[in-house]
Order: sequence, then C-alpha cells, then structure tokens
Amino acid sequence: MRHFDYARAESPQQAVAAHGSDRDAAFLAGGTTLLDLVKLDVMQPQKVIDINGVDLDTIERLDDGRLRIGAMVTNTALARDERVVEDYAVLSQALLAGASTQLRNKATTGGNIMQRVRCPYFRDGVSACNKREPGSGCAAIEGVNRTVHAVLGTSDNCIATHPSDMCVAMAAIGATVEVQGPEGTREIDFGDFHLLPGDTPAREHALEPGELITHVVLDAPIDGGRSAYLKLRDRQSYQFALASSAVIVRMDGNTITDARVAMGGVGTKPWRAPEVEAALKGKTASEALFTDAAKLAFENATAYSQNGYKIPLGQQAIVRNLTDLTAA
Amino acid sequence: MSDTDTKEPIIGAGVPRIDGPDKLAGRANYAADNLPPNMAYGYGVFSTIAKGKVTRIKVDEAKRMPGVIDIFHHGHFPSLYRTPSSFVQGNKVEETRLPFEDERVYYEGQFVALVVADSFENARAAARHVEVEYAPESAVANLAQGLEDNGTQAGGGHARGDAASAFDSADTTIDVTYHTPVETHNPMEMHASVAYWDAQGNLTIYDASQGVVVERNALSKIFAIAPERITVHAPYIGSGFGSKLWTWPHAIATAAVSRELGRPVQLVVPRQQMFTTTGHRPETRQRMRLATDGNGKLVSLRHEAINTTSFTDQYVETCGSVTKSLYSCPDLTVSHATTQVNRGTPTSMRAPGAAPGLFALESAIDEMALAAGVDPVQFRLDNYAERDESQDLDFSSNHIVEATKQAAERFGWHERNPQIGSMREGREIVGYGMAACNWEALKRPCDARVSLRADGTAFASCATQDIGTGTYTIVAQAVSDVTGIPVDRITVKLGDSSYPDGPISGGSWATATTLPAIAGAARNALDELKRYATGSNGIFAEASADDLSVADGALRYDGKQASFAEVLDAARYGSADGEAHTEAADSKYSYRSFGAHFVEVRWDPGISHLRVSRVVSAIDVGKVINETTARNQVEGAVVMGVGMGLFEATEYDERNGRPVNNDYAEYVVPVHADQPEIDVILLDYPDLAFNEYGARGIGEIGITGLAAAIGNAVHHATGKRIRELPITLDKLMDDVPQAQSA
Ligand SMILES: Cc1cc2nc3c(=O)[nH]c(=O)nc-3n(C[C@H](O)[C@H](O)[C@H](O)COP(=O)(O)OP(=O)(O)OC[C@H]3O[C@@H](n4cnc5c(N)ncnc54)[C@H](O)[C@@H]3O)c2cc1C
Ligand code: SF4
Repeated sequence: MRHFDYARAESPQQAVAAHGSDRDAAFLAGGTTLLDLVKLDVMQPQKVIDINGVDLDTIERLDDGRLRIGAMVTNTALARDERVVEDYAVLSQALLAGASTQLRNKATTGGNIMQRVRCPYFRDGVSACNKREPGSGCAAIEGVNRTVHAVLGTSDNCIATHPSDMCVAMAAIGATVEVQGPEGTREIDFGDFHLLPGDTPAREHALEPGELITHVVLDAPIDGGRSAYLKLRDRQSYQFALASSAVIVRMDGNTITDARVAMGGVGTKPWRAPEVEAALKGKTASEALFTDAAKLAFENATAYSQNGYKIPLGQQAIVRNLTDLTAA
Repeated sequence: MSDTDTKEPIIGAGVPRIDGPDKLAGRANYAADNLPPNMAYGYGVFSTIAKGKVTRIKVDEAKRMPGVIDIFHHGHFPSLYRTPSSFVQGNKVEETRLPFEDERVYYEGQFVALVVADSFENARAAARHVEVEYAPESAVANLAQGLEDNGTQAGGGHARGDAASAFDSADTTIDVTYHTPVETHNPMEMHASVAYWDAQGNLTIYDASQGVVVERNALSKIFAIAPERITVHAPYIGSGFGSKLWTWPHAIATAAVSRELGRPVQLVVPRQQMFTTTGHRPETRQRMRLATDGNGKLVSLRHEAINTTSFTDQYVETCGSVTKSLYSCPDLTVSHATTQVNRGTPTSMRAPGAAPGLFALESAIDEMALAAGVDPVQFRLDNYAERDESQDLDFSSNHIVEATKQAAERFGWHERNPQIGSMREGREIVGYGMAACNWEALKRPCDARVSLRADGTAFASCATQDIGTGTYTIVAQAVSDVTGIPVDRITVKLGDSSYPDGPISGGSWATATTLPAIAGAARNALDELKRYATGSNGIFAEASADDLSVADGALRYDGKQASFAEVLDAARYGSADGEAHTEAADSKYSYRSFGAHFVEVRWDPGISHLRVSRVVSAIDVGKVINETTARNQVEGAVVMGVGMGLFEATEYDERNGRPVNNDYAEYVVPVHADQPEIDVILLDYPDLAFNEYGARGIGEIGITGLAAAIGNAVHHATGKRIRELPITLDKLMDDVPQAQSA
C-alpha cells in the first residue's frame, strides 16, 4: 500500500500548520476529486490533512450585502440555501446541474473550486501530460478531445477545460476567495484565482503551497437582476458540460441595463466574457443582438480535432439563456 | 381448499423476483464477495502498447514491497493447455490465447504481469512498481486501417438468387454504408474471480460468469483435469450483457496462480481493463444495397458486413443474421467478414449481430422506402416475409404484421406528416421513426432436478444462471405450475456447475431451454411421489398411480387428499426426486421472435439538443412467462438502445490503442433523465411448436432495431441521415469549425 500521513484539523489554523509549505501534502474535504485521483495514482500526497472538522460550514450575509460561504459548505447545502436560491439562482442551478446527488452531498465549495481537470490523458497516469508531468507534452491536442477539452484559453501545452459548473456561476456573479496560509490571510479575486495553462499548465490556481481556502464571498446580488445557468451535454445528467452559460441580466423594460456572462465547458478556466457583456449593455433585447454578442466570445477560439462544435454550441448556450432570461 | 380454476395462472403472472429480498438486504454474494480464509489478492499489470513484445520485466523493487507474495508474467507462469474452444463441446472461450503464454502483446490493456499480495491495496501498489519494457510495433488502430493493412477474412454468409443482376435492372436503388463503433458492455458488477484448490487437487472458482458449465469444461481443458474436479459458482451476477458468457484470461490466471501458491486468490478486473480484456462489441462497417421494383417491392438486397476482430481470434459479428429472413426478397446476399486490429477479442454483446445489423438494415429500409416514395410502415407491411426464405421453412409463429399495426396505432403514426422537419412543438422539431425488431429463438439441451420434500417445500436446481433477469423466479413459477406448491415454498438453486447441466445465459434462450427441463423434472418427481403414495406403506396404497391427481401441493384420490408432506411422511421418505433432460430445438420450423419499435425524437436546433421522448414497442416473443420481468427486459433493452443510438462508443486513442473514455463518467450511457416514455405491448401468442410453454425468450430482441428507429426519426426531424453511430449532437450541427492544423 502507498503510505501517507493523516491528520485531522479542528481549525483553519491547525490545518495550515499541519500542512506547512509541503508540496506533497493535501487537504481532504469531500474527497470526491482527491480520493479518486489517489486511487488512480495520479495524485500521491504524502500527507493528508482532513479538514472536515474545521469550522467552515456556514453561510452568512455580510453587512454590505455580500454572501460569505464557508469552504466546507457542501454543494448540496449551498444549492439549497434560501439566500442562494433567491439572490443567486444561477449558482443554485449550476450546482444542481453538476455531478450527481451523492457527489454533491460530499463535494464542498473549496473542493469544487480546486477540482482537477477531467482530461483522460491526465487521469490515465501514463500518457504525455504537461499537467501531471511537466514537459512531457500534451496527448490531448492530437488525441481524443471531443468532450472535456477547451476552445478558449488553450495553449500548445494544455487544452483541458476547467470542469466546474459552480465556478462558472461564481465567475459571473463576481466573488472573492479568502485564503489562510502560513503567512496569514489574504484575498484573491475570483477572476484571478484560476490560471490559464500558458507555459505552466501544472500551475492551476493562485494558491501558494499550504494555503487553505476558508471562504468564498459572493459579490452583492445585482439589484433587480435575474439569472440562470444553462448546461448543454450529451446526456441529461451526470456529465460535464460540453458548453454552458451563466447569465445575469438586469432589464429596464426591454433594455438590458446590466449583464454578466460566463461560460463553462469551453474554456481552460471558468470563462467570463466581458466582451459579450459590453455588447449587451444598454441595448434592446433581441435574438439578433444575442447572436452577435455571443459571437464575440469566440473570436479567438481554437478548434481542435474533435471539439470545433463547441464554438457554435457555446454561442447557443449564451443565446438561449439570454433569450429565456430576457423574455421572463 | 382453494379453487384452482379461478386462480390466476402462475405462468404469465407478474411474480416479483424471488431473489429480490436477498439482493436488497445484501445477502446475495457476488463473486468478489467470497473471502475464503487465507485468501491472497491479485492485481494486474497491463500493457501500455497495442502491439509488440515485452522485452523485459523488472519485478525486484515491486517484490520487495510490503505484503507481496509473488509476481507472475510470461517468464514465470505455470504452463497450461489451450482449450479447443468448441461451442459444440461446450468448452468455448473467446480469447483462446492463454494469459502470459508468451511475450507478445496483441492489444493495449492485455495482462503482462500479475502481482499477488496479502491485500488488494498492497497488490495494486506493487503492480504500479513493476517496470515493463517493450519493443513496440506499429499497430492497427481501427477497421479502416485493418482493411488497408491486412484485408479481410471471410466470416460466412448466405446467398439466394442473383442479387447483383436484380439490382442492376431495378427501378429504384440505394447503395449506402453504415458504421457502428466499438461498444463496451460495462455491467455494474466488475469481472471478478476467486479460486482455490483443495489438497486433492480439486478446483473451486467463484466467477462472474454467465455460463458455469462451459467455464468448468473450458478450465478442465486448460488445466487438464477432469471436469468433475472443478466447481464453478455464479449464484448472482451483476449483469453481463454477454461479457461474462465465456471465460476470460483473468479467471484462468486466478485459478493458475492459486494452484501455484497453494492458497485462495481473488482477482477483480479494474473498470479500465473491462474495456480491454473482457470483450466488447466490435466496430462494424456495413454496405447496404437495396432495390425495389415499380410497386415498391424489394427485388434485391445485399448486406455486406465487416467487423473488427483481434489478432488472436476471429469473432464474427453476424450483422446480416436477420437480413436473410425478415423481408421477402428473391435475390439476396449476406456476407460477413472480419479484419484484424490491435484490440482485445470482441464478444457477444446483447443481441450480437442483430443490434448493429438491424441498425444498418432498418435504416436502409427507411431510406429505400423514402426513395420508393412509400410510407415506411406500409413499405414494411408490403415486404415482410411470410416464411423464412433463407431456410425455406415456415415460421413457427410470426405476428410481426400485428405487432407493427398495433404499435403504429398506439403510437399515433397516422398523425405523422412525412415532410421533413414539418412537425414542430415550440422550439422543438418532432421526428417520428420506426423499425422492425427481430431475434432468433433458440433452445439448447438442458438437464434439471426437482425434489418434493417432506417439509412441504420443493427444491429445483439447474446449472444455468440468473444474470439479474429473473431466471430464479420463472423456474419457481414452472415448479409451482406443475406441482401447485406456492412460489414462496420453492427453493431454486442456479449458478453452480455441480447441478445438472444447464445452458449459458445468453442468446435469449435460458427461458425456452430451462423451463421445459424443470417442468419435466417436476413431473418426474410427481411420478415418483405417486409411486410412494401407492406403494405398500403408501397413503393411497389401494390406488394405482394413474388414478391420482395433483392440486395445490397435494395428491387427490377418490375425494380424499394428502399433501405431498403427508405422502412422504407416510412412506418415510425425505423427498421425491425427479430429473429430466430436454433437447435442443428441432428444425421443423424457423423459430424467431418479432416486433416493431416506434420512436419519437425531439430536436431543438437552438441548443443542438436531441432527445428520445417516446417509444412504443410491440413485441412478439411467444408466451410471456412473467409479465413483470418480461416487460423489464424490453424496457431495459429500449434504454440500452437509446444509449446505442445517441451516446455509446468506446473511443480509442489511435496512437496506442487505449480506450480513452474508460470509466462510468466518460463512457456515456443513458441516465434516468434520458429515459423516454416507454410503452411496451407484449403480444403473448404461445409458440407451442417451440416448447411446451410456447415461450421464445425476451432478453435481446428489445435492443434490435431501436437505434435505427431513432435514426429514422432523426432524419424525419432534421433531414440528416446519420449513418455512423452514435448520433451525437455535433453530427447534427451545421457549419462545425474544423481544426486548423492536422
Ligand atoms: C463522476 C464525477 C462527476 C462529476 N461531475 C461534475 C459536474 O458535472 N460538474 C461539476 O462541477 N463537478 C463535477 N464533479 C466534480 C466535483 O464537483 C468535485 O469532485 C468536487 O466539487 C470536489 O470537492 P471535494 O470537497 O470532494 O474536494 P476534495 O476531493 O476533497 O478536494 C479536491 C482538491 O481540493 C483541495 N482542497 C479541498 N478543499 C480545499 C480548501 N478548502 N482549500 C484548499 N484546497 C482544498 C484538495 O486538497 C484536493 O486537491 C464530478 C466528480 C465526479 C467524480
Ligand atoms: S490537455 Fe492538459 S491535462 Fe490533458 S493531456 Fe494535455 S496537458 Fe494534460
């Protein structure tokens, strides 16, 4: 058996102290990513710090209207929270569109942000994969890349999508990630949290070794906004997005006064599309407008051998979501 | 006493599964649940190349790891014998090459070493430290490359008349080619074996097996010991879909290393290698050439199918098996051929041959009907065969016309506007399509034993299996039918090769094969009981056996009645036993099952979303033995057919032959949310020429034709004819951007 040390932390401080700056240590939250990849021998932590006992499983409304979510709040609890359902429908829907009930019951907010890619070459433990084995190459670019590979934000070194649905909604809402590390606490803007693969696909996020996500603070909801998540995939459930959109709009009559658009399944990180938002703001809602705006998101898209369809599909995800939301 | 006449007959009733409570309570032990004392655990090391040689295996480091007992590979493995792999002799395996026979690699995911350790975790950890060096050779990646590199091997066929000339002189013709991908069975229960040898050299093996007798016989050849010295147990199987019909290398290896080590060994095949070393439905390419005369009658039909096979064995996917006889056509050719690729040996998967074959045939018939300007239902009604023209035999019982008409009526086919894309509901375009379904009815030889016991219960045994389909339950129904003993007092034992020889659970023949043998054994047991009743100590000593009648678990004579228990008690016998042997089906008729699927699909072009929303299937399988389990088989097959139509494909990396989507997350099969509204009509006409129950079996027919019906409905909705499964959304989208560089 592969041996590893196991420690249970009762507080964020303990967790951080137990982890230290050890690159071979890992926090264990719901375990739905970590244990899976350990069993596949893709992740090989020498030390596992179980954070299920740290007190980070509450959701609170801050005075400034923002919503502060503990890192250990489960995906199910977050999706069902009344404040989320009311003010951030897009987030609730995104969570419920992800994985399965059993997985959502275990999966946590922090773990979901930190989930690894679903690229089969990453998971098989033997193929060339720059994420798993920096410098070994990327088997996906010339390989099977129909479902979990991106058309936006890719590089010659990695084309895997960030698989999360939750994060797409958070990208649209706007959020701050609160972290605690050996050097104390700091805040990271959600948009800066996930990194593009570039030349360093093994670096996926802005955390330093040993930093623990303690909370995600959602921006205050847009006054009078409506939001929805639309996930497109082959089967109806239990599949990662081929393309998805998280959309928030505020309308004045038929005019769009504010818009936030993010996409999943198409980008190497949760993909905010400011150019689409800019094209919508102040305009009268119409399918023609949506179609033109959605195109902008994919101007720099790259089609790979099997996933070119994601370019039109991603646009459809935006157009349909906008059409339904603005019609409501 | 209860009045037998007004009771619902037990045959046909929806008796709940008698093994259900054990499964729900976790009392049903599957192969890997068996943990004999001192058991060791195996874990495989699998090739990472598709073709070549193992040049070196470094095991030193792995051997020093905790708990490791031994590491086997081609340089360190007992020498075994091959089985002749004869279907007739009942010792068939699909992959005839023995595990670790030599250093050659024929497919990615082939066993190249086997670590045995004191725990699963230790075995797995050590397996990851076995270093294997290869001399790779350039591999054949797929069917197209197989054809290019090494052509085809013939795989049989059928011909009548002169299809080529008839085609050339016909009014309307089509010439189209269909393609189906590799599909992997993916039963929930992993392939697993637990083997041990006693001091006398007798082998016991618990295996996830759809055929305990054939496995026993094959192992007897492989280990060169008498079959009587081997017992194969498979009381419960977490489904198989064909992947567990024949013994695979892991089971042979488990038995071999258990003998070497002198202790029990368990080996579970990881999900990833269930995509490589336990069979799959092969890739097919099928060229269809059809022609009609001016009246829309088929005048020429050619079905030429090629499927991939391995370099070690020829597996023929008999895609044209149904084409020979479903339609009346004087000039017809069916041919099968294989081409070798570097993948594991394929095997039967639910409705082998017919499932991919009817995708091609029933899609082509749709295309032909459209080309001839005839409604697809009418076209079929005009062309269905009245007798089996391939064998020049009458069908024993064929209600396909009624099935087609009933299903059409229930479905509302008459509301179909034939114009493409013309039926809209909101954002969705509705498409209607249909296809025939068809499956051969088979019946194999079978033995069975039934005991009527002094405690008033009955015991029935047969070395067939219940693979989750309900065999336990229908055996109890048959015993109850003959004896009148209620089902809850009948113990059924299956899945043990020491019971009387029964059939493999495949080919949809378990019901037709097993029930007559069970009923015969029950009748023989009753005869024995009557002899006891009329013997000198007998309860009806004054009567002769022929005067006794049987009802509700009792014998009656002259207004008196004695329960079986009382009869046995009086005679001081513990049980009255009967055995029976029944033969394979005769060849007086062509025995087949028939049906029709009607499918509604909905295509939302705005989000490129396709779904199957409604299916009506009318199925003619002879007598239905158990309404509940029968319906369940068809509904399950329809759902599997939706998977075949829309989702399923094992995707290989062509560079190394590795299945890439090799887990439940990425190998897409339908989930609950994908299930259409399913309406199954069971025609229930007993086919008494076939067997005494008139039952033909129902496990496979439901998947045949379904993918074609979906494709035909998709064509009706979108105008796109997708000739390559699965029909994924990207194939239906317009103007899909292509990759810039190759
Ligand atoms: C079959 C399957 C299907 C799925 N389908 C979907 C889907 O459709 N959509 C979707 O969005 N997701 C899907 N998921 C992914 C799922 O959402 C994630 O696995 C889950 O959210 C991870 O959360 P966890 O708490 O289990 O994380 P863990 O597995 O415990 O941890 C994941 C990683 O995050 C680190 N980590 C955990 N918590 C913290 C923290 N507080 N601070 C710093 N690091 C931390 C861990 O060390 C580890 O590296 C699927 C997963 C599976 C297995
Ligand atoms: S896409 Fe990224 S994760 Fe996948 S093989 Fe390439 S580098 Fe690895």
